[in-house]
Amino acid sequence: MEKVNIVIVGGGPAGLAAAAAAYDAGERSILILERDNMLGGILNQCIHNGFGLHTFKEELTGPEYARRFEEQVEERGIACKLNTMVMDISPEKVVTAMNRTDGMFEIEAKAIVLAMGCRERSRGALNIPGYRPAGIYSAGTAQRLVNIEGYMPGREVVILGSGDIGLIMARRMTLEGAKVKVVAELMPYSGGLKRNIVQCLDDFGIPLKLSHTVVDIEGKDRVTGVTIAEVDSHNKPIPGTEEHYSCDTLLLSCGLLPENELSRQAGVQLSPVTNGPVVNESLETSIPGVFAAGNVLHVHDLVDYVSEEAASAGRNAAAYVRGELAEDRSGEIPLEFAGGPRYTVPAAIDPEKMNDTLTVRFRVGAVMKNRFVDLYLDDERVLHRRRQVMAPGEMEELVLKRTMFEKHGPVQKITIRVEEA
Amino acid sequence: MVYDAIIIGAGVTGSAVARYLMRYRAKVLVVERASDVCEGTSKANSAIVHAGFDAETGSLMAKYNVQGSEMMEALSKELDFAYDRCGSLVVCLSEEDLPKLQALYENGVKNGVRDLRIIGREELLEMEPNISDNAVAALYAPTGAIVCPFELTISLAENAAVNGAEFRFNTEVREIKENAGGGFTVKTSEGDFETRAVVNAAGVYADIFHNQIAEPKIHITPRKGEYLLLDHTAYGHVTHTIFQLPGQYGKGVLVSPTVHKNILVGPTANDIDNPEGVNTTAAGLAEVMEKSALAVKNVPTRQTITSFAGLRAHEDGHEFVIGEAEGHPGFFDCAGIESPGLSSAPAIGEVVSDMIAQRLGLSENKDFTGKRKGIVKAAELSVSERNELIRREPAYGQIICRCESVSEGEILDAIRRPLGATTLDGVKRRVRAGMGRCQAGFCSPRVMEILARELHRDLSEITKKGPDSPIIVGTAKDTIE
Amino acid sequence: MEERNLICINCPMGCPLTVTLNDAGEVVSVTGNTCPRGEAYGRKEVTNPTRIVTSSLPVSGAKGQIAMVSVKTASDIPKGAIFDVVRDMKGLVVEAPVHIGDVVKADIAGTGVDLVATRDVE
Repeated sequence: MEKVNIVIVGGGPAGLAAAAAAYDAGERSILILERDNMLGGILNQCIHNGFGLHTFKEELTGPEYARRFEEQVEERGIACKLNTMVMDISPEKVVTAMNRTDGMFEIEAKAIVLAMGCRERSRGALNIPGYRPAGIYSAGTAQRLVNIEGYMPGREVVILGSGDIGLIMARRMTLEGAKVKVVAELMPYSGGLKRNIVQCLDDFGIPLKLSHTVVDIEGKDRVTGVTIAEVDSHNKPIPGTEEHYSCDTLLLSCGLLPENELSRQAGVQLSPVTNGPVVNESLETSIPGVFAAGNVLHVHDLVDYVSEEAASAGRNAAAYVRGELAEDRSGEIPLEFAGGPRYTVPAAIDPEKMNDTLTVRFRVGAVMKNRFVDLYLDDERVLHRRRQVMAPGEMEELVLKRTMFEKHGPVQKITIRVEEA
Repeated sequence: MVYDAIIIGAGVTGSAVARYLMRYRAKVLVVERASDVCEGTSKANSAIVHAGFDAETGSLMAKYNVQGSEMMEALSKELDFAYDRCGSLVVCLSEEDLPKLQALYENGVKNGVRDLRIIGREELLEMEPNISDNAVAALYAPTGAIVCPFELTISLAENAAVNGAEFRFNTEVREIKENAGGGFTVKTSEGDFETRAVVNAAGVYADIFHNQIAEPKIHITPRKGEYLLLDHTAYGHVTHTIFQLPGQYGKGVLVSPTVHKNILVGPTANDIDNPEGVNTTAAGLAEVMEKSALAVKNVPTRQTITSFAGLRAHEDGHEFVIGEAEGHPGFFDCAGIESPGLSSAPAIGEVVSDMIAQRLGLSENKDFTGKRKGIVKAAELSVSERNELIRREPAYGQIICRCESVSEGEILDAIRRPLGATTLDGVKRRVRAGMGRCQAGFCSPRVMEILARELHRDLSEITKKGPDSPIIVGTAKDTIE
Repeated sequence: MEERNLICINCPMGCPLTVTLNDAGEVVSVTGNTCPRGEAYGRKEVTNPTRIVTSSLPVSGAKGQIAMVSVKTASDIPKGAIFDVVRDMKGLVVEAPVHIGDVVKADIAGTGVDLVATRDVE
């Protein structure tokens, strides 16, 4: 059986950043396994600008951003296998993969970085009633058809969900000659970034209807229309508010789900909130030596943060291989939260294992204005950060410093509290 | 040219008649208005092979159900389709309803169903730990089974085609005329065809064709059934097909494993006017969720990956209308085929084809090959078998559908074999690409590319399910002026 | 005096800006921004709004599987010229090989800005 120190599952932004960082941390035995025929993952079809402001201090398109990380991997001579599907990961870190030339093969890894990304929630999972014709696509499928294949999946479009891909596709479809009639959003707030509302909807006069959902899809063979209706505070459609839109296309942008089938098979503990692995300060899952980063861990709003997080996972994987990351997990303290966050990544911190800084990321469950985000070590407030607005569509972060812990001394309880200002 | 028989409808019944008819020397044409087999009721049902205790003793439904159920296992081996005799349970939810359970048992025994027995709560709980707290007893039918309705239909049709039956898709029958000198003219959207015999297997439209030829008139009502299909993660929640004994809680829905390791919940039963009305409804889906809880606890309906609706062809007499119409030699009905139609299909196919052979004086087809090798299910092979397959055909090493782990090799086989797939839905029903939790979000552009390459068509010509369901409507910027 | 409420689109923070204009239509103040880019955006958005346009164009003679190349305007163009840029892109076919930064069409739609490739296609 082939032996590799670090196997990275997925060659998208997370996998590439993890690989380069592991290399820079001194590791040389690294293998990236990518199911697609190119590296870069979903960025290849995200041809819009807005990537890389944090990482490169310039505004790049998705393919340009991906290319920079591919170059890092190429320059370092890190091995990749494309068109290779990982079929199984065992708790003992044996990775079973398959491709056309090697068939099915096994690799024994010392450490694994999970970087499989996420997928879109489908119509079926949303339980939208109506017919099941052609013309219903997840926004990402439409994005691929338009940007990679050069085809139009429809002419007259209704979009359900105001996630970023849906907003981006409203603009893309418009610029390619389609008419986007409306974007309906179930929640009373948008699931996407504010700037995408401005430059993808407002710029083109596309209405956004909050607290609305699709209640019927018409057309037996191809979509001929949809009905949307306002919803009440329990997200139930309100009778009498139905509005009919004739259209040939319904795009769905109703949330992303981390793809953790492999993690589940391996026995990695998953969070019911994020649908991603539960990780500690080292981004290590419940299986020692198995790390996770990027959208497989929790869905991010910005790829810059994916890269940053994945680099950290890559470094930690390298440290694990070197035997510098203790297997003893007894020092982990659960990260508690109150007042707004739905989850935190990481979910637990061992102050002994912390690097000089540790970025804790989380999302809130509702739009909140004028808040403080505080970090408490036991009852001592060590961080106090003001936030004008926090929204579920945008990820929040708090940077913890090792010195805070050193100053505080032994800690029993770590809490992030969102408090009214 | 005059056909010996034209079969209207390539659903499970029409395909079964075609397949069994090829045991005789006959020129057979199957006409289907959709672009593929299995596009109507056959694709949207409970996927159950009923044991046969339910139908009224002495009815055709009872007779063909029990016969079909007995034939199905052997047929699944002959035609290589997925079949699992998981057994079924009719759950009784109150002491007062026990006499009804007993009556059902006795009915089953009279119908000739083997191995039926009534089990108490304790045994039931052992078999199904998630059964309702209200369950007091159940009728256990070990011969109850589940089947892949797509594979069943496709394999019957494919085997008919391999043995010489001709299939014409996208061909809608408009009218059947009985010729003065015997035989029939079948007028279709694609021209007229002459035939000695007609088989009316037109599902929810079978009354129209019957009534063009025969008396007494029949009347079919489309009875809509809505379903939820749950993810693999729900598999194991129940291990038998769970029915609920109709009683003080009303008529429930079934909760059943599927042969593809999902859980299926449904159906509702609502009579509608529109024979094309296969839309799901908010009320229907809510009803399925609500009723699923009657017999089974905590059905994980949050793990729904898709919902769908099918139409049962309910004849007013609630009975199969099968056989040659009186006074119209050569006109054979397979009408009113509602549940247990899927279970009965092999029996109906056999018996109706025998009737046709007798009427037309057909001789035995000594070249008939009843055996079919299905599409390899790569995921079920051992590593060494799989590697051998990949060595022979590297496409088996390329996964296209991540959720269901379907390789390009399987998709190529689905397209290349007789009556191969020509649409996305056709591929989906043959090899399950797009049938998983992401519902084709990732794989549909890839499957489209493979279809386009194999069929020598442009990507824009690939459809979901026939000419009226294009996936692509043009090229980028084509309408920009 | 006129107040315009905007959301800064420079970065994903999406700061809510208030731009105050005098009666001559000149910007008097920008508030709500958290960086200098925000102020610049606020001033520009009310006087001369601009956007970067991105798209995807067919490639001829490509070796690999990708037959489209993604493109962008090398810098922002007037918001009002977005569709002029799109119209000018119609019918363009890019010859392979093409690399990131290559000018696909100079001075697109007379904006003075070049259309450049954002992907390598060999």
